[in-house]
Amino acid sequence: MMTLTRLLATLVGVLFVAALVIGPAGTGPVASLRALILGDGGPLTLVMREIRLPRALLAAMIGAALGLAGAAMQGFLRNPLADPGLIGVSGSAALGAVIALQTGVATMTAFALPVSALAGALIGVLLVLLLAGPRGGSLTLILAGIAISALAGALTSLVLNLSPNPFAANEIVFWMMGSLADRSMTHVWIALPLIVLGSAMLLSLGRGLDALTLGEDAAQAMGINLARLQLTLILGTAAVVGASTAVAGAIGFIGLVVPHVLRGFVGARPGRLLPASALGGAVMLLAADIAVRMILPERNLKLGVLTALVGAPLFLHLIYRTRRAIA
Amino acid sequence: MTLLAVENLSVSLRGRPVLHDISLRAGQGEVIGLIGPNGAGKTTLMRAILGLVPHRGRSSLAALPAQARARAAAWMPQARDIAWPVSVETLVMLGRTPHLAPGQPASPDDRAAVDRALTRMELESFRHRPATELSGGEQARVLIARALAQETPLLMVDEPTAGLDPAHQIATLHVFSALARDGRSVIVSLHDLGLAVRHCSRLIVVEAGRIKADGPPGAVLTPDLLRDTFHISAWYQDTAEGPVFQPLKVLG
Repeated sequence: MMTLTRLLATLVGVLFVAALVIGPAGTGPVASLRALILGDGGPLTLVMREIRLPRALLAAMIGAALGLAGAAMQGFLRNPLADPGLIGVSGSAALGAVIALQTGVATMTAFALPVSALAGALIGVLLVLLLAGPRGGSLTLILAGIAISALAGALTSLVLNLSPNPFAANEIVFWMMGSLADRSMTHVWIALPLIVLGSAMLLSLGRGLDALTLGEDAAQAMGINLARLQLTLILGTAAVVGASTAVAGAIGFIGLVVPHVLRGFVGARPGRLLPASALGGAVMLLAADIAVRMILPERNLKLGVLTALVGAPLFLHLIYRTRRAIA
Repeated sequence: MTLLAVENLSVSLRGRPVLHDISLRAGQGEVIGLIGPNGAGKTTLMRAILGLVPHRGRSSLAALPAQARARAAAWMPQARDIAWPVSVETLVMLGRTPHLAPGQPASPDDRAAVDRALTRMELESFRHRPATELSGGEQARVLIARALAQETPLLMVDEPTAGLDPAHQIATLHVFSALARDGRSVIVSLHDLGLAVRHCSRLIVVEAGRIKADGPPGAVLTPDLLRDTFHISAWYQDTAEGPVFQPLKVLG
């Protein structure tokens, strides 16, 4: 367990530095890092501090947030196919962003798009809470999430459908693919507080999720307050996924695949899977973001497209392995 | 000392009354068999006693805060859920949940409690096996061990012997008798009246949401009660090997 944490933490560190020094500017790694830390006032410092640092920070933060939220959701629903997008937050955040892009508010300030996306996430999560009810078990939560996701998806399509401006439509489609290109420290400061707060909430659920291994009745009888656990889970997931989607668009498969890959290494304990999946998610998104910059840099390959391209076959492989284990 | 006091407990599920005005007490050193036909309300009664379903009336356990209640009574539900392939040892350690503060790791005392529970259920050799890979009967014993590891004064178990082989059915009830000799008490729902007669110190008969009889097995299982509540006749005798109960036929 400790070795796994150490290994993943080392990988995060190595990939973070790699994300900082790899780029089209083509400067040496030592010169790049010196410019970042010491700051020579030249253009390289500007590139490092304003372009590469926020991008690497966002990749690590958002990857960790999605991995953690995925592990928490799977633990709560006791289902390895659960995904943080299941409760409708990513869909409603995307709708908020799309409205900002369509109305042109997004072009006014850098704040407008992420704030609009966060507002969408907030409305989505409030509707899910209202629909799922205070004592509603996991089934009503899933149904409420599916309903809100479907509604947000339909409204997003409607906005695209009615869009009179092909450029806005184009921008919307690209935004929805998910990317970390051209993000600034502003985006980091918008996402960071919510991701820290939501992650703290999700990490506190370990013991309750462990107890849920034995079912809702047994967990309650062992002193776990299920209503509070569900509320913490929904609000924590909404905070981290809402913030992530607001600054990076829709990035799929990390919350689904990372907990699945790491489960065997933590003895299948849902509580231990939480921190491991956070580290694993950071590793996967940092690696993916380095890959989109190295593969076809001139064609602007989108991060969400790559994570889905890598994640889906990986997921198929895991299903195949599970099927063999069952047979 | 009273471990449980229930007064005028009533439960309605979706507007349909399931339990009516149940009152009972449990002292120390008792193995209380909860018997009754299917749908009589045995499971609902145990869940209501623990405060897991909305109820009217009073249960001393349901009145406690969640963690204090979890230290006073352990509960093994009938549904044998094991969601993840955790090791048997990890699963049994979950029984220590109510004894740990948030973030507090397991102490040597907790490990000792887990070892005692594994030993009592003869599961030492399974310790490192994934619980999901065991047979149904083995999983039931692991889940009983989890409830034992909670080391509460009162243990409530819902049909623990379903799916167990005869040797492990008897062994499980011997474990309950041993707990009772240590001053703890067990409330166990059973369908096998033969086991109930031999191993329980007291039987409570539930029928249609009411307590029909409550007392020592010999006083409770009269021919009239067997006919009216269970619709069977039975051969029941005290022998040199202890009381023997054998259901014979269904009465029309």
